[in-house]
Amino acid sequence: MAGKPLLKVEDLVLHFKTTKGKVQAVDKVNFSLMPNEAVVIVGESGCGKSSLAKAILRLLPNNIETYSGKVFFEDRDIMLLSDEEFRKNVRWQRMSMVPQAAMNSLNPVMRIGDQVTEPYLIHTGVSKTEAIKQAKKVFGYVGVPEDFLNRYAFELSGGMRQRAIIAMAIITMPGLIILDEPTSALDVLTQANIFNVLKTLKRELEISFILITHDIATSSELADKVAVMYAGQIVEVSDATSFFTHALHPYSRKLMDSVPRLRGDKEPDFIIGQPPSLLNLPIGCRFRDRCPSRFEKCDQEPPMIQQDGHLVKCWLYQNSKESHHG
Amino acid sequence: MNLKAIREIFRYPSVVIGVLIILFLVVVSIYTVFAIPYDQAVKLWRGSEEDWYKSPKIAAPIWYNWFLTDKLPVTQDIFSNDPSVTRMITANSAGRVITYTFPIKYDYATFPNDISLYFATNFQDKKPFVDISWITPDGKETRLNGFEIDKKFTYRLNQDDKVTRKLGGVVASTGLFADPKIKTKPTPVKGTYYLKINVVTFDQTTDLSTELIIYGKVAGWAGTDYLRRDLGIALLWGTPIALMFGLLAALGTSISQLIIAGISAWFGGWVDTILQRITEINLVLPFLPILIMIGTFYSRSIFVILTAVILLSIFGQGIKTFRAVFMQIKESAYIEAARAYGASNFRIIFLYMIPRLIPMLIPDLIVLIPSYVFLEASLAILGLGDPTLPTWGKMIQDSESQGALYQGWYYWVLEPSVLLMVTGLAFSVVGYALDRIFNPRLRSQ
Repeated sequence: MAGKPLLKVEDLVLHFKTTKGKVQAVDKVNFSLMPNEAVVIVGESGCGKSSLAKAILRLLPNNIETYSGKVFFEDRDIMLLSDEEFRKNVRWQRMSMVPQAAMNSLNPVMRIGDQVTEPYLIHTGVSKTEAIKQAKKVFGYVGVPEDFLNRYAFELSGGMRQRAIIAMAIITMPGLIILDEPTSALDVLTQANIFNVLKTLKRELEISFILITHDIATSSELADKVAVMYAGQIVEVSDATSFFTHALHPYSRKLMDSVPRLRGDKEPDFIIGQPPSLLNLPIGCRFRDRCPSRFEKCDQEPPMIQQDGHLVKCWLYQNSKESHHG
Repeated sequence: MNLKAIREIFRYPSVVIGVLIILFLVVVSIYTVFAIPYDQAVKLWRGSEEDWYKSPKIAAPIWYNWFLTDKLPVTQDIFSNDPSVTRMITANSAGRVITYTFPIKYDYATFPNDISLYFATNFQDKKPFVDISWITPDGKETRLNGFEIDKKFTYRLNQDDKVTRKLGGVVASTGLFADPKIKTKPTPVKGTYYLKINVVTFDQTTDLSTELIIYGKVAGWAGTDYLRRDLGIALLWGTPIALMFGLLAALGTSISQLIIAGISAWFGGWVDTILQRITEINLVLPFLPILIMIGTFYSRSIFVILTAVILLSIFGQGIKTFRAVFMQIKESAYIEAARAYGASNFRIIFLYMIPRLIPMLIPDLIVLIPSYVFLEASLAILGLGDPTLPTWGKMIQDSESQGALYQGWYYWVLEPSVLLMVTGLAFSVVGYALDRIFNPRLRSQ
C-alpha cells in the first residue's frame, strides 16, 4: 500500500502509578495504519491492548506515571495538542471509539436518538433536527431501524445496542475508529452480523479501524494487518494473510495454534504458564519463560527485526536478517 | 414521567387523599393571594382599631354554635339610622335634645363579651352632652352615665367603673343582662332590652350618629384573637407562606446539594476535599442558634430567614448521600463513553449523572417540604417569625403567649396545628408512595 499512513505510532509509552509499583501497560509501541486499513491488535487479557487504545485516544485515568512518544495522525503529532484541542478537534471528530463495555455504554436515562446524536451535537453544534437526520443516516449504515431513535437502551437487544454504539462512533464521520473488543459479549451469530456491519462501513465510508480483540478467528474477517501484543509490547506486525498462514514470533505461532479449527482433527494447543505481571517485567525478551525456542540471547531485549514482510521482536530471526543483508 | 407512572401513583388510596389535600392547599393559597392582597393582609394583621372594632376579642369560630344547644351570642351591630332605632328631636332656644332608643333582642344563655358605643358628631362650639340609660325587658330603667363627647368618641361600657359600681361590682356586659333574682350564678334574662341615649346639643345644627355593638362570643369561621383580629386571615395567609417556604427551601437545598455533590464526585481531588470538608464543618455547626442570631441581630423578614435556611442546609447530609451514589454512577461505562466522545465535564454532570438521581430526589424532595413548613412554624413559635406576616406559627405563638390552652381557647391553638399536621401528612403520604414507585425494591409484596 502506497501513500502516507493515516496513523503512525512511535515509541508510545503509558505507565501507570499504583500502590504496588509501576505498571508498564504500554511500553514503546510502534505501528502504523494506512487509510482505509484495518489493523487487528491481538493479545491475551491484561497485555495492554485497551491501554494502547486509550493512550491513542488520550482517555487517561489520573494515575499516569509516564505518557510519552509520538502519535502522528493525519500528518500531525497529536501528542503535542492540549487536552482541550484534542477533545475539540481530534477525539470523535476524526477518531472515535467503540468502548469495551459497549453494552453498558448507553446512558440508561436517555433515548437512543438523544444519545447517538450527542457526539454530533457536541462537535458540530448543529441543530437537533439536523443531528437526528444524521443519526437516521448512520442508522441506515449500521442497520438499526429508525424508530429505535425513541427507545431507551434497555428496550434494545445486545446486538442492536452494539450497532447503536457503532452508529454513535461513526456519526461524526471520523477517519479512524478504535473498536475495543466490540463483540466480546455477543453470541456468535450477532458477532458475525456486527462484523458484516464493520465491513460495510469500511467499504462504503472508507473508515480505518483499529480492532482490539483476543478473538483471532472472528477478527480475521476484517483484518488487513495484524499486530500481536504481549506484556505491553508489540511483538509482531504483519499483513493479515501472511500472519494467518505463517506467523513468525513463537508467541504468535502459539496463539494461532490455540485457535480451534473447523476442519481437521488438530487439537487446539495452549501456552504453558502465565504472562508476566506488568508490575514486574523480566529483563530481556518478555516471552522467554514460556517460549519453546528459548536460547541464551533471550536474556537481552530483542530488537524489531524485518523478516518476510513481518516486523518481529525475536532473536530467532537476527541471523537470517544478517544473512539476508549480507 | 409518563401517564402510566401517574396512573400507578393513584393506585394508592393514601396518595389520592394526599394529592387532594395538597391541591386544596394550593387552591386556598391562590385564592388567598388574590382575595386578600399582601398589603391588605399585612395591614389587617397589624390590627388597628378601625379594621377590627366590629369584632369581639377572643371569640370562638361561628361553627361552635352548630354543636351547642345553648347558642353562644353573636355580635349585634346596630346603627342609629337603622329603622328599628327610634329617634326623637325636641328643639329649644339653647339647642336640641335628640333621643335614640336602641332595641336589643337577647336570646342567649350566656352573656355577651362587651358593649361599646361609637359616637360621631359635628358640633360647632360646645360639645354635646350624652346621657345613657338601660331598660330591661321588665321595663325597669336605669341611668348608666352621662358625659360630653368629642367629634369621635368611643364609650366602652365594661370599662366604666361608675357603671360597674352601679351594677354591684360586675362588668356591664354581665350586669346589664343578669337576672337580679338569681344570686348564685349570674344568668341572663332573655327578652328585648332598650338602650336609650339622650343627646343635648347646644346649637340647632349639631347632629349625632351612634353605633351600638354588643360583642358576641363567636365570630368569623375561624374565631378572633386578643387583638380582635379574624384568625381566618392568618389561616388563609399561612397557607401560601407555608407552601412557599417549604417548596422553595426544599427545592433550593435539594437541587444545590445535587449539583454540588455531582461536582464533588466528578472532579474528585482537591475540589472534592474542599467541598466535603465544608460539608462536614457545616454539619456540626448548630443550625437553630445561627438562625436565632440572624433573626435577633439582622432581620426576621421571611426571605432573609428562607435564604439563611437554604444556605445552612445546602452543605448538609444530602451531599454525602448524593455523592456516594454519584461515585458509583461516575464509573459507569456510559460515562466513560461520554467522556470519550468529548462531552464536557458539566455536560456529563448535568446530562448524564444528575438525571440518574432524579428518581431518588423526587420522593425525598416531597417529604422534605413539610419538614421546612414545620421549621418555619417552629421559628415563628420561637419568636423568629416575620413580624408583619400572618402565619400559622405566629398564631400558635400568640395563643401560647396569651395562655390559650390554659384559658380553654382551644380553637386558637388547634386550627393552625391541625393545618400543619394535615399539610405534613399529605406531603409525606405522597412522598412515600412516590418512593415506592421510583424505587421498586422498596415495594413489599
